[in-house]
Amino acid sequence: MAIKIALPKGRLLRKTAAVLQKAAWGLDEYHSNMGFYRPRSEKFPDVLIRVFHEKDIPIQIAMGNYDLGICCLDWIEELLAKYPSSDLVKVRDLLYGEGALYVASTSVPGDLRQNGAPIRIASEYPNLAETFALRKRMSRFSIFPVWGAAEAYPPENADMVLLSAKAGEELADYGMVPVSKMLDFSAFLIANRNSWETKNLDKLVASICDTLPEVEKKATVREEVGQAGIKARKRAVKAAGDTVRLALPDGHQQQPTVDLLNRACIEVDDYPSETGNRRPKINIDGVTVKVIRPQDMPLQVANGNFDLAITGRDWLTEHLDQFPSSPVKELLDLKSSRVRIVAVVSRELSVDDTGGLRQLIAEREEPFRVASEYVNIADKYARDNHLGHYRVIPTWGATEAFLPEDADLLIENTETGRTIARHNLKIIDTLFESTGCLIGNAGTVSDSAKNRRIEALVKRLRAAVEDI
Amino acid sequence: MKIQRCKGMRDLSTAEMTVFRLVEGICRDVCSGWGYQEVRTPTIEYLHLFTSAGTLTPGMLGKVYSFLDWDGWSGERVVLRPDGTIPVARLYTESLQGRGLARLFYAANIFIFEEVGEKTRERWQCGAELIGAGSAMAEVELIALSLEVLKKLGLKGVELRLSHAGLIKALLVKLGLSPEEQNKMFDRILDGDAEALAEVSRESPEVGNTLRPFLSRKGQSPGFLRDQRALLARSVPEISPHLDDFLKTVALLDELGVKYQINIASGAGFEYYTGMIFQLFIGKEKVGGGGRYDALIPSMGGGDVPASGFALYLDRLMDLAKSEAIVGPVARRVLVRVKSGNAMKEAFKVADNLRRAGYTAELDLDGKKTDLKWVIEVQSEVPTFTLVDNVKSRRVDFETYNEVLKQMEGEGGDKDSPA
Repeated sequence: MAIKIALPKGRLLRKTAAVLQKAAWGLDEYHSNMGFYRPRSEKFPDVLIRVFHEKDIPIQIAMGNYDLGICCLDWIEELLAKYPSSDLVKVRDLLYGEGALYVASTSVPGDLRQNGAPIRIASEYPNLAETFALRKRMSRFSIFPVWGAAEAYPPENADMVLLSAKAGEELADYGMVPVSKMLDFSAFLIANRNSWETKNLDKLVASICDTLPEVEKKATVREEVGQAGIKARKRAVKAAGDTVRLALPDGHQQQPTVDLLNRACIEVDDYPSETGNRRPKINIDGVTVKVIRPQDMPLQVANGNFDLAITGRDWLTEHLDQFPSSPVKELLDLKSSRVRIVAVVSRELSVDDTGGLRQLIAEREEPFRVASEYVNIADKYARDNHLGHYRVIPTWGATEAFLPEDADLLIENTETGRTIARHNLKIIDTLFESTGCLIGNAGTVSDSAKNRRIEALVKRLRAAVEDI
Repeated sequence: MKIQRCKGMRDLSTAEMTVFRLVEGICRDVCSGWGYQEVRTPTIEYLHLFTSAGTLTPGMLGKVYSFLDWDGWSGERVVLRPDGTIPVARLYTESLQGRGLARLFYAANIFIFEEVGEKTRERWQCGAELIGAGSAMAEVELIALSLEVLKKLGLKGVELRLSHAGLIKALLVKLGLSPEEQNKMFDRILDGDAEALAEVSRESPEVGNTLRPFLSRKGQSPGFLRDQRALLARSVPEISPHLDDFLKTVALLDELGVKYQINIASGAGFEYYTGMIFQLFIGKEKVGGGGRYDALIPSMGGGDVPASGFALYLDRLMDLAKSEAIVGPVARRVLVRVKSGNAMKEAFKVADNLRRAGYTAELDLDGKKTDLKWVIEVQSEVPTFTLVDNVKSRRVDFETYNEVLKQMEGEGGDKDSPA
């Protein structure tokens, strides 16, 4: 059987490409982040190569979809923290892509073991964050898993963050001090345990390892993180109780949001920000703004960290499918960023609807694999449509690359359907239509001045939407 | 596709369930006899109930089934109960506080993720908690109670091992460890690492020389502890109160003629233990254990209430218990067969009467040959009943149900037929 290897996009792509070039793999299209997911190697023409988001690679290896993979140790440890018996072998440190995981805070925390209000930790690494909390014997803690921008959360929206940084000093740029260094990481070559024991991976492994310096990197001395030399930047004074906290999205949704704010004659300075400023100023008294990932907004609004947020209905639905009792609700349809959330299969599959899917599943032995960024929407879809014995594979983007080998069905968003068609896929069902929306907390706000501010802001935005 | 049970989980077959109920029943009977009352706590609790300092070791917390439930948007996790005592202490704090002495027991499943081997991830235990009593007599009551259960189960060769959490903690302080290291070492000992104490005592030769004999020796009488006290009182005065506390319990056990072994270094148990720790072994198999946990209820805000308790591991007891020794009365089984279609109502009535008379009455649904001794055939015409004795291959007709019953009773039930 052909050997399969998973290569990373993103932060490791350039250096991984350089290593493989040095190893004379002769890859045809592994050099940019744009849409190429299936490079071929001249040197190893039989090897199946796929490009994934780095975070997906340990999961793919552990599941046995791929024999070999390259990704950083942080994502490997994040998987192992929750699933220590995963079938994953760390083959070799590749000595590039170095960084470290720090637990950081805007101030030096007191006794973590005390009872009382939960300590809030925001992180892209929720499993490692939980490990940290347990190791520190925190008695009550809440982990906020985030898609990104963890550094924007403290001190108002989280007491601590677990994030990756090149060095402790980088944290000072965010106005934080390191509380603890959890892990030094670099890129690793990893293998599926079963493949490692049974398949002939030697030529591939040797070709990569031969490019590496002879000496293993010396184990770094565990750096005791002190507060010396790093001072927490003074934060803005704590927002008053009647301040309305508004979350604005980063990424693709920025432009439509700016258009909307303009129509409502709301000025936000330095948004979108070229310097990565996540706290732009707004020209309305009693309102503060923070810029975070739209994916993370519903959970933050549910927890009362924000009063209002501009996100997509897809992410609101994802949140409500996971937590039906959440107090978050849609206040206003912004009618922007229109996409459809669809069910997608390979064009090779003779299935045109969910009935066909059910029949297909009934006829096969192995579990049906549903890949999606929207884990809870996908799970609910599979449940509601009686897809029998299924598995949901969480992904972090580039989901189209999963079909047909690594998943059977995708739950994806699409604007025009062109990307789907380009990857030889077809849409068999539309779940719902998603547009930008303003969300808020259905729980009552006790402060009447704050309530009036929220209502006024919603009214202004509603007028701007109806203006179109 | 054949659907299988979840990895690490166990089915209890009909035969296993019979043994389970018998073992559980003996636990329940003995506990009731000592005045303990049964409670049942939910399977799901908040994770923070178990993460509070001084409840479970990080080693155990690393193996809990925790997840975000439907209300999990707050980021706080819930957990499948990984321990029996903490929820009962929570129940006491929540609803029984201020009622004084409480003798409580439970039979419950607990969930611990075991990665390897045959170990099951869902385990059953029966535990007793004695809340509100801080005396040595209370500890001895629990030990005697647990031993009585094992005796009633017909188990022989039970070994009682004693240690003392307060003593271990005082020694760790004496060994010059930092508070962080003390916590870690205490957790290692509680997770069953008997080498841990010996290891640190080697690293601290000065104190080590004084303590090593104490840690390595095993004693079987209060004399052992008195000797140690005489030896250590001057160099390690901090341990005296704990030794005295321990001595009281041990002396009472002696008085009752209970045999035990003192082994300070083997204190496997829970982080919430503060005083005496006991473990019950049969051969190499640990079948239960318990101890004093005076700090647990105060840490939950339940006031200054001392407590101690134990748990017996039902899965292990089921394997060890000789089923003959614990077999309870087995109901006599009778099959009721409808001979002609319109006699169904009469058949239900006969079966009902049989059950009232203490039989297990099964209705024949498939008409197949049976290995039960007694079959009663029912038809609408007189004679209505035919009693079939499958052992003696004999058929007798009767006109009334009472005659049938009389005949069966006269034959002494069905003691030769398989139960």
